Amino acid sequence: MSALLEVTGVTKRYPGVVANDNISLTVNAGEVVALLGENGAGKSTLLKAVFGLVKPDSGEIKIGGTPIVFGDTAGVIARGVGMVHQHFQLVPVMTVTENIILGGEPKRGLFINKKAARDEILALSKRYGLEVDPDAVIEDLPVGMQQRVEILKALRKDVKLLILDEPTAVLTPQEIDELLEVIRNLAKSGVGIVLITHKLHEVMAVADRVVVLRGGKLVGATSPKETDEAGLAQMMVGRSVVLQVNRTEAKRGAVVLEVKGLQVLDDRKLLMVKGVDLSLHSGEILGVAGVEGNGQRELVEAICGMRNRESGEVLLKGVPTKNLNPHAVHEAGISHVPEDREKHGLISTYSIADNLILNQFDQAPFAKGWIRDLSAIAKNAVETVAKFDIRTPSAFNTASSLSGGNKQKVVVARELSEDLPVLIAAQPTRGVDVGSIEFIHNQLIAARDKGAAVMLVSAELDEILSLSDRIAVMSGGKIVAVLDSKGADRNYIGRLMAGLKE
Amino acid sequence: MSALINEVKGKKQKYDVGSWLVPIISVLAAMLVASLLMLLQGLDPVLAYNSLFTAAFGSSEGIAATLGKATPLVLSGLAVTLGLRAGLFNIGVQGQLLSGALASAWAGYALTNLPPFIHVSVALGFGFFFGALVGAIAGYLKAFRGVHEVITTIMLNSIVMGIVDYLASHPFKEPDQALTRTPQIIESVRLPMFGLLPSGFFVAVFLACAMWWILGYTTTGFRFNSVGRNRFAAWYAGISYKRTIFFAMLFSGGIAGLGGAVETLGITYRFEPAFNLGLGFDGITIALLGRVHPIGIIPGAILIGGMRAGAANMQFDAGVAPELVDLLLAMILLFVTAPLISRFFKNSSNRSLTGGWGN
Ligand SMILES: Nc1ncnc2c1ncn2[C@@H]1O[C@H](COP(=O)(O)OP(=O)(O)OP(=O)(O)O)[C@@H](O)[C@H]1O
Ligand SMILES: [Mg+2]
Repeated sequence: MSALLEVTGVTKRYPGVVANDNISLTVNAGEVVALLGENGAGKSTLLKAVFGLVKPDSGEIKIGGTPIVFGDTAGVIARGVGMVHQHFQLVPVMTVTENIILGGEPKRGLFINKKAARDEILALSKRYGLEVDPDAVIEDLPVGMQQRVEILKALRKDVKLLILDEPTAVLTPQEIDELLEVIRNLAKSGVGIVLITHKLHEVMAVADRVVVLRGGKLVGATSPKETDEAGLAQMMVGRSVVLQVNRTEAKRGAVVLEVKGLQVLDDRKLLMVKGVDLSLHSGEILGVAGVEGNGQRELVEAICGMRNRESGEVLLKGVPTKNLNPHAVHEAGISHVPEDREKHGLISTYSIADNLILNQFDQAPFAKGWIRDLSAIAKNAVETVAKFDIRTPSAFNTASSLSGGNKQKVVVARELSEDLPVLIAAQPTRGVDVGSIEFIHNQLIAARDKGAAVMLVSAELDEILSLSDRIAVMSGGKIVAVLDSKGADRNYIGRLMAGLKE
Repeated sequence: MSALINEVKGKKQKYDVGSWLVPIISVLAAMLVASLLMLLQGLDPVLAYNSLFTAAFGSSEGIAATLGKATPLVLSGLAVTLGLRAGLFNIGVQGQLLSGALASAWAGYALTNLPPFIHVSVALGFGFFFGALVGAIAGYLKAFRGVHEVITTIMLNSIVMGIVDYLASHPFKEPDQALTRTPQIIESVRLPMFGLLPSGFFVAVFLACAMWWILGYTTTGFRFNSVGRNRFAAWYAGISYKRTIFFAMLFSGGIAGLGGAVETLGITYRFEPAFNLGLGFDGITIALLGRVHPIGIIPGAILIGGMRAGAANMQFDAGVAPELVDLLLAMILLFVTAPLISRFFKNSSNRSLTGGWGN
């Protein structure tokens, strides 16, 4: 019997980079193969080639023993391949049901059978234990929920091979556990699974085999039985990575940012932030822990002037900041790593250089009065790309040509390069490889040590625990506790996050 | 390092050659299809095209006529381009152009005791202002009321058409004249010819260069482009969506109005509703043919201006109805916008999928 997926000698070049360099790989029915590698190593490119979306320059890809035809994704899907892409492929203005059935709508005569479609989605969601509201409109949903919709979409047809490109990047720990369970069950029922992730504990938890790419080349294969997380990190990056953050005692200074009685609505016009008071000191990292969808996004956006503050105020060094004016808030001294890098963080058809100055485009040195200073922009780009190790052949390629993690690095680099008194970072390491996480963490701590007041919002409790000096736990739109991170108890915080009192 | 920066700066304005093949192929394909139609009618396409292009580009008078036709087309193409850069589809160039044409005609015949230079400036200014006014209405409705600009500009076209018809047939009508038209503008306000070149053409080319520079090198251009490419990220970066949209529409309308003024002051010397028909809609074809690039508009406008200028000659020599030019333009538009062709020339077919939905 032939393997489910056979990749032989696949090479794919983009101008200035070899994204895949003579890669061979097989996946058998019933096994979970984890594909690891740094940002830009070529993981997404390889799997897009398997799905028929990228045309390899040479090499062959066979599914179930027969070669695939480039461009024929419908044929690939028909052969039982499902793929969850790194970036959402959902139509924001359509409902969950409409998105999932898109391309294979149940019909009644000429019309879509809406009832059948809805029932099908409910059954599907029940079968895999991935709960969704079939009638919700995608753009109103938090990213974690959107990811579930993506996964259900991939599972809708009876899949034999499931490709998951960083599906867990935007999920909460609990959702991740559920997804890993789904993956195990699918594998048990004979589905072959390829999983890309930067979270090594997930690899240890579900993978049967591990394949590592570096700089487009396949550099090694192993299995969780033969190695540990540090070993995996070493294979990926080619050096040993400190997975534990080295953090000195904070030198906490005066209060810089004060949030008072803040109330904010979400996109559905429901009260999401229900009266939050917070104070942020210079020289400290305040971690905001919470299950996604408990108001963290709305809180951050309201502080940064991107979402209307229904009531309450945000003071920077005692001076109220403007509501609904991101420019004024930024000018006042708050930089912001936005949670949704594709929507808010980047203009993907702009060059990396322009993205690196996106919210400083009209300030010195990037503009002299009315005129943009292209040399200053270029100089900044070349320096920042080097400093933050953004993997690209040129700082003037479009941001859309970057791999997912490198896009994130562009956003983080822009905000961290500014040295403003306050830094609000929402999910700053989402989709970033272990080596770069180490770097970003060190940069956050360096900003703190230079006296910045840092607020870190993360779905990763580990990240919060290892970086924060104080931890604010958010649940149901309120800050339910503010703890000193020293001696903070993981389980206790977990219970607070879940909304349980003591 | 500085070498690297220079290399990188050189790439800044890069437009891949492949994308410029699309308009060229589109024009050729449209001409090919039109030839087949001519053959079916028993006409000679070689003769037809030969006479069309000889008339348009073969003699100095021909070139002058072509550039005269091209002048308002450059401006209407620029008006559409500016809108598209900010993510707006301004279908209302026709109406904006008409109001500019009428306003400048009025200024040209009614204000008679101004020094010539001031008079020309005022007449051009009237054209810009009234075009901008019409554009600003659509801009206001889009930015502050959320009404889609395609709907409002189409409706404004009809409204403006009604108003200018009324004005040209009643209050501003040339006395003792059967035709619906205004009096002639006075001699001294007419835009002169520089040899073969209508001076309005210089105004248009100057504006194209100015727009290219503003879009590529100034913070204002960055605002327009940012809103057009990703308005959410633009908002995050501190760019006001509403303001940008409003001003993009206002200036788009103003440039269209200026196109009407240049036509009135340089070519027709009066306003007559039938004179300006279609100029605004040709602007859409030209903007797309020029790849929404201000400089690309110029050759696009000259090509289409030439076709318009040579159409009569083609009828005379080859017996081909001048409407063939309309057919050609429609097919060019179809081919330029047809995703088929562009997909052929874009190497990475995964573009839309990797970019995510909506960008
Ligand atoms: N459309 C494109 N045009 C040009 N270069 C591209 C394009 N797509 C990918 N690349 C380049 O190919 C390389 C591999 O990218 P890929 O997206 O496969 O990385 P990845 O391993 O998935 O990284 P990540 O973990 O950050 O998602 C990168 O250097 C990237 O810049
Ligand atoms: Mg990737």
